[in-house]
Amino acid sequence: MIEALVVIVSAVFVNNVLLARYLGNCPFCGVSNRLSSALGMGLAVLFVMTIATAATWIIHNMFLEPLNLTYLKTIVFILVIATLVQLVELFLQKNAHALYRSLGIYLPLITTNCAVLGVALLAVQSGYGFVMSIIYSAASGAGFLLALLCMAGIRERLEFSSVPRPFRGNAVTLIIAGIMALAFYGFSGVDWAVSTLAGH
Amino acid sequence: MKTLIRDFTRGLWEQIPPFRLALGLCPTLAVTATLFGGLGMGLATTFVLVCSNLIVSLLRSFIHPKVRIAVYIVIIATFVVLVEMVMQAWAFPVYRTLGIFIPLIVVNCLIFGRAEAFASRQGPLRSIADGLGMGLGFTLSLGLIGTLRETLGSATLGGIPIGTGDFVPCGLMAKAPGAFITIGCFLALMNCIDGKKGDTK
Repeated sequence: MIEALVVIVSAVFVNNVLLARYLGNCPFCGVSNRLSSALGMGLAVLFVMTIATAATWIIHNMFLEPLNLTYLKTIVFILVIATLVQLVELFLQKNAHALYRSLGIYLPLITTNCAVLGVALLAVQSGYGFVMSIIYSAASGAGFLLALLCMAGIRERLEFSSVPRPFRGNAVTLIIAGIMALAFYGFSGVDWAVSTLAGH
Repeated sequence: MKTLIRDFTRGLWEQIPPFRLALGLCPTLAVTATLFGGLGMGLATTFVLVCSNLIVSLLRSFIHPKVRIAVYIVIIATFVVLVEMVMQAWAFPVYRTLGIFIPLIVVNCLIFGRAEAFASRQGPLRSIADGLGMGLGFTLSLGLIGTLRETLGSATLGGIPIGTGDFVPCGLMAKAPGAFITIGCFLALMNCIDGKKGDTK
C-alpha cells in the first residue's frame, strides 16, 4: 500500500514524465494551446499508456524473458503499442461513441508519442510486478495530464500578452516548460519523505 | 550531382532539425546535458536515418500506402535494435548515458517524418543524401546545445574540466529546466535570424 503511494507520488510529481524525464514533448508543444484539447490528449495518453504497459509487461515477462529474446523488446513493444492503439480506436468507435468523439482524433497521434513507449520500457526496466506496473503507468499518465493542463492554462492566458516576436510559438512554450520544471523540482525528495514517514 | 548536394545541405542549415524542423525534441532535451551525450545521440540517429531512408526509398514501389506506417516502423525499429546492440558492445559509457533514449529513437518523429516526406518519394541516392544531411544537422545542433549546457552546467567539456576555478557552474543548466530554457532560447535566436532575413528581402 505504502509502496504504491510512493510510486504514485514519484511518478506524478518528482519524476514527472514530461518535466523531469523529457518524454512526450511533441504533443506538449502541439496541443497545449487550448484547455479542451489538452484535456482530450492527456486523457487519451493516460488511457493508452496504462493499457499499453499492461500488455507489454505481459509480453515481456511471459514470452520475451523465458525465450531469451529481450533484445527484441524495442521492436515488439512499438508494434504492440501501434496495434493496441488501432484496437482501442476500433473498440471505442463501436462501443463507446461519446468517448470516441472526445478522444478519437488524438489516438492516432499517440502511436508515435515517446511517452507511451518510454513508460512501457521504464516499467519493465525497473522490475515492478504486474499490478505495480499498472499503478506506475497510470500515475505517469496522470503526471502527463497534469503538466499538459497546467501548460494549456498558462498558454490560454499568454495569448493576451505581448510576447517578443522571436519568442512566439514553440520558443516561449519551451521556456515556460523550463520554469514549470523548476517548480516541479521543488517536489524532489517528497517520495523519499513519504517512504520514510511511512516507515515510522 | 547538384540536386544531391542540395538535398544534403538542406538539413545543415535551411531546415536544420530540431530548430527549423521542430521534430525530435525529446532526445534533444534529454541527452544534451553533456557534449558526448549529444554527439552520441546525433550519430546514432544519423545512422538510423540514413539506413531507414535507403530501405524505404528502395522499397517505395512495393509498399502499399495503407500499410506504409507499419512498414516504416518495422524498418526503423530494426535499425534501432542494431544500433542499440552495437553501442552496448563497443560504446558502453555512451550507451549508459543515453539509456532509455536509444530504444526511443524508434519514435523520433524526425526519422519518421523524413521517411514519409522524402524517402517514400525519391530515389535511393537522394534519400541517402537527405538522411545524411538531416542527421548531421541534428548532430550539429545536439553538439552545440551539449557544449553550451555542459560548459555552463558542470564547467567541463567532453568530461575535461575547463575554466579557471573561479567560475561556479550553474547546476540547473545540466538539469531539466536548463534543457527547456536553452532550447527555447535557441529557437528564439533562430526566429530572430529568420526575421532579419525577411526584413532585408
